[in-house]
Amino acid sequence: MSSLAIRNLRKSYGSVEVLKDINLEAESGEFVALVGPSGCGKSTLLSIIAGLESVSSGEVAIEDKVVNNEAPKDRDIAMVFQSYALYPTMTVRQNMTFGMECRNIDKGTQAATVARVAALLQIEPLLDRKPGQLSGGQRQRVAMGRALVRDPKLFLFDEPLSNLDAKLRVEMRSEIKKLHQNVGRTTVYVTHDQVEAMTLATRIAVMHQGVLQQFATPKEIYEQPANIFVAGFMGSPNMNFFAAKYVNSAEGGGIVLDGGDGSLLPLPGQRQPNLRDGQQVIFGVRPEHFSPAHVARATRKGNPSVIVPVSIDMDEPTGSETILMCSIAGQEATIVCEPDEAPTTGTAIDFEIDMSKVSLFDPTSEARL
Amino acid sequence: MADTTHQAFDPLATGSRARQFRAKFTVYALLVFFALLYLSPLVIIFMNSFRPLEHIVREGFISSPRALSPQYWIEAWSTFCIGGNCEGVSRYFSNTLMMTVPATILSTAFGVVNGYALSKWRFKYDTWVFGLITLGVFLPAQMTLLPWAFVLGKIGLSNTIAGLVLVHTVQGISFTTLFCRNYFVAVPDDLIKAARIDGAGFWRIFRRIMLPLSPPILIVCVIWQFTGIWNEFLFGTVFTSGANQPITSAIVAFSGSGTGERHYNVEAASVIFAALPPLLVYVLGGKYFVRGLTSGAVK
Repeated sequence: MSSLAIRNLRKSYGSVEVLKDINLEAESGEFVALVGPSGCGKSTLLSIIAGLESVSSGEVAIEDKVVNNEAPKDRDIAMVFQSYALYPTMTVRQNMTFGMECRNIDKGTQAATVARVAALLQIEPLLDRKPGQLSGGQRQRVAMGRALVRDPKLFLFDEPLSNLDAKLRVEMRSEIKKLHQNVGRTTVYVTHDQVEAMTLATRIAVMHQGVLQQFATPKEIYEQPANIFVAGFMGSPNMNFFAAKYVNSAEGGGIVLDGGDGSLLPLPGQRQPNLRDGQQVIFGVRPEHFSPAHVARATRKGNPSVIVPVSIDMDEPTGSETILMCSIAGQEATIVCEPDEAPTTGTAIDFEIDMSKVSLFDPTSEARL
Repeated sequence: MADTTHQAFDPLATGSRARQFRAKFTVYALLVFFALLYLSPLVIIFMNSFRPLEHIVREGFISSPRALSPQYWIEAWSTFCIGGNCEGVSRYFSNTLMMTVPATILSTAFGVVNGYALSKWRFKYDTWVFGLITLGVFLPAQMTLLPWAFVLGKIGLSNTIAGLVLVHTVQGISFTTLFCRNYFVAVPDDLIKAARIDGAGFWRIFRRIMLPLSPPILIVCVIWQFTGIWNEFLFGTVFTSGANQPITSAIVAFSGSGTGERHYNVEAASVIFAALPPLLVYVLGGKYFVRGLTSGAVK
């Protein structure tokens, strides 16, 4: 049964269309991340699901019931806001009971629910404080507590971690994941942070300029991005994009990088696209799918690989890994490798590309080939 | 919110000792001079309200008081004749009170609801509604005299305190709406969204979320309205007469149109009666007034 379904949804403000024909479906208990850069429409989409914004056309269904014309309170949802939106004049306890009070739930049940949720989130000592007396992380917990007391059909999160410092964000991220595993409710989570999306979601919806680019599992999004935008947005450092030509030779199809020495990088059997000889393509390789030729990580894994000469322009050690700014066939590239494998700046060295992981895109439509 | 210690820059505490002394001396001397200048009318009136009439006539208005007596205050309050009515200012004082208190409460109440609706609920032409309401802030009161006279006559409230309450309530809504709307704009919209998802409607959000955030702006509205309406003169003079006048209009009778002896001491006491309530409101609430005008709603 689908818990949330969005069909042919469009939203315009005046003549500006901010959401263009969105189709999404979330299974019961799924964790869907809406991810994309600022202004891509992801927060608008969340507001529409919540009922805080109307739709221009199309429909939103929660548990197979179309809710287009239902008020937020009748949709049985709970939402955590980026600003937390805790009622400043109420105590934490009152913040949590306010919704139940609006729904005329008796005092005994209210107290029991607050006690249960407070224990779950370990916020019992905070119950009689005002939001102004809490730290950022505590406010975040209380905001989640306020959502949890409802036990809704759908949890909505609107960039809930973006106001926390980096360390706390990682902590709260794993806590949200744990919470979702415990509670098991369908969750829609808006974020601009692709790491949050990758770590939390069972499926990711990548949005750009009001268009849903790809809706798939994190693994699929990462390994088989639907287009150049998704490939570039997900993953850090970014995927490398090389201008190249597809060449059909006797041994099978391969890639020739523009500006290089013309050597053929043969594509493995399962990655043979249906292209004509000499067609221009964008050849995409993730930074971590390079390894120094003497390490030959791809070969050791039994994956098909090719060797390319690389000249190192600059290195950025981060401790756990070293990022190399380099050029391949005269085109800029970024490579990630282990610190003790990293060549020194200014040298030219052979790197191996894991050809089972590469992507090809059409330079004009930017779609995956 | 981290606690930070904030050291204000004190320009008077820089430079050499002599310079510091000169600077401080100049500042305080100027402050004392202007304080005395502004306080002197009040002090003179206050002194004269205790002096026998013959002393005032003989020695002039500004003179060191001798033979002080509180009897002129009692006379001013209860028996002094103003415009042919010998009940003192007590009657007019209570007229003004009966006008100011309801008009202040009503205009503030309407303003808070208006401000909430106009800042937190979008509806068609809401900016036009807000613009038209606040147009009243810029409209000279003289322009509204004739329309009001017409309206008060039609609904039978000419020459009544209730009529003045109506006029001041409607006129005041422009200000209170402007104040409250601008204050509530600073309240994050997410609070309203969260409350709507929680299931609260227009009035519950108002009562449980907005109103508890409102005391600073409520104080501003009440002080502004109370002092403004209490001191208002034009409407009181035009729309009421005789025993129904507010105190500001009634004491105009002192301005010399009457015949016979002038009771400067009783008149001085009457004037102080008329000025005292707004003065007290400012003294007691001025701190909150400034705080309310400059504070944001939440952080």
